[in-house]
Formats: sequence, structure tokens, C-alpha cells
Amino acid sequence: MEIIFQPWPWYFGGPLIALTLFLYFYFGKNFGASTNFETLCTMAGAGKISDYFKKDWKERDFALLFVVGLIIGGFISSNYLILDQAIDLNPKTLQELTDLGFSNVGKTYFPDEIFSNDVALSIKGFLILILSGVCIGFGTRYAGGCTSGHAITGLSNFQLPSLLAVIGFFIGGIIAVWFLIPLIF
Amino acid sequence: MKNIKFLVLGIFFAIVLSKVQAISWFRFYEMFKFQSFHMFGIIGGAIIISSVIMQWFKRGNIKDINGNKIIPKPKKRGVVRTLVGGTFFGLGWGISGACAAPVFVILGFKWLPALIILLGALIGAFIYGLLSNRLPN
Repeated sequence: MEIIFQPWPWYFGGPLIALTLFLYFYFGKNFGASTNFETLCTMAGAGKISDYFKKDWKERDFALLFVVGLIIGGFISSNYLILDQAIDLNPKTLQELTDLGFSNVGKTYFPDEIFSNDVALSIKGFLILILSGVCIGFGTRYAGGCTSGHAITGLSNFQLPSLLAVIGFFIGGIIAVWFLIPLIF
Repeated sequence: MKNIKFLVLGIFFAIVLSKVQAISWFRFYEMFKFQSFHMFGIIGGAIIISSVIMQWFKRGNIKDINGNKIIPKPKKRGVVRTLVGGTFFGLGWGISGACAAPVFVILGFKWLPALIILLGALIGAFIYGLLSNRLPN
């Protein structure tokens, strides 16, 4: 029982993510997450404005159920399975973020400076969140995948487009973390 | 409901990502700063094991639940699409610490900020849909 409530070491992650990928394919579908953004657009009626979204979302009901599962799983984890969200960060990371003005660095999964409700409802905080979201939605669809579809499914299947996409992920991520975060905070 | 298994798999995947901290903003910051092995170990491990699984699929050693051969879809080709699209995604991922599956998991942790990110992602996907014919490949 102990192990359920303790933080899991990194080496639990790879095998269990691979197991998820295996089961997803075994159940007859291609593993990925970001196509759901398009499906949700279709459900919201985007097909009335653009033919791109004129699809039958019911064909992707399996993926929508997976998404509902992700939300339920997140709720279960946050409320019942993680008693302490403290993260064993590199002391250098901790110092850097503290210097940038972040409080309680690594005490929880998410920094209050971005993820508290007060910040989310401030103009600056709202813009940070929504513009990040726009980049995620636009970028994953243009690139044709996200961490699941490209980095894990694509790379393990030796897909050249996925290698290029992952290089792109890191170009963007490095610009964000090395240059934009210090600029914003 | 034959697809209920996907719901269960989603719950499982969310718990895995949550427990190994692969939804934490701090972990992604650390990753893009190359200050920790944690996320590289998780993603690298997943890729290595999955590449073995992919070989089983390709050789037809393992059929899917309906007895069909499992054929992972080839990814759309294009240098501009993958590099530029990937860079946009990386920017959003680096700042918000959310990628496509974790954003739904984070709804269960921090519903309001995650909902705003998700709303943005839908707007972004919608913009892509509008422009998809005109964007370079």
C-alpha cells in the first residue's frame, strides 16, 4: 500500500507509459492526445465556420472517453493518491526560480505565480495561460502531434517527421524557459 | 459500451503521469533547463520500451483485440510543418508546463487555470483549421 501514496521514481514512468501505448493500440486505435482539440472544436460547432471541422465526432468517441478518463484520473490523483506534492528539484532550479520571484518552489506540482485562481483571473495571468494554450493547440495540430503522438509513438516507430517535431518542441521549450520566463516574471 | 476500456485506460494514464510528476510545471522547467534527468528518463524509457512494442506490432506477433494487424499510422511529412508547429507547441509547453494529455489531467488538480489553457488550445486548433490550406508544409 505504501507505494501507492509515495511519489513514484522516474523509472516507473517509461514502462507504465509504454503499457498505456500498448493497450491503446491493442484496443485498435492510434495513441495520441492532441487530435482531441480538433474533435472538441467540431463538437463546439466549428464545422459551421470551417469545412476542416466537418467531421463526425462520434467516430472519435473512444478518444473522448480517454479524455474523460484523464480528467477523472487527475481528480483521483490530486485528492486521494498524492499526499505530498513536494518535488525533489535540482537545488540550482530551486534557486533560479526563487530569484525570479517564485514562492514555494517545488513544494507543490504547480507554481502559484501561474496556477492560483487569483493569478488566472488577473489580466497578465489570464493572457499567459490562454496564449500558451493557443500555442499548444495551434502547434500540436500544425506539427501533427504532441508528446504522446510524436515524441513517444512517433519516435518509437522511427518516424522522421516526429524527430523534426521533437526538435521543434525543444526549440520552443528552450526559448520559453531560458528567455521568456525571465522576461515575464 | 465497448469503448469503456478507453475511459479506464485514461484514468490509469492520468494516475501514472500524476504519480511520476510528469504533469508538474517544475519538472518541465527543469527539463528544458537540462537540470534534471527525471523527465528525460521517463520519456526516454517510454520511447525505448515502445520501440520494442512497435516491432512486435509490425511483425504481426501481436494482433489487436479484434484480431487485426496493428499498423501505427505514418506521421504527416513536412519539414516546415513539424519544425514550426513543434516550436509553437514547445513555446506553450515551456511557459504553461502543459502538453496535450496533461492539460486534461491538470483539470483534476487546478481546474480554472487548466480550463483557460484548454480554451486557448481549442482556439489554437481552430486557427490551425482555418489556415490549414494556406500554411506551408
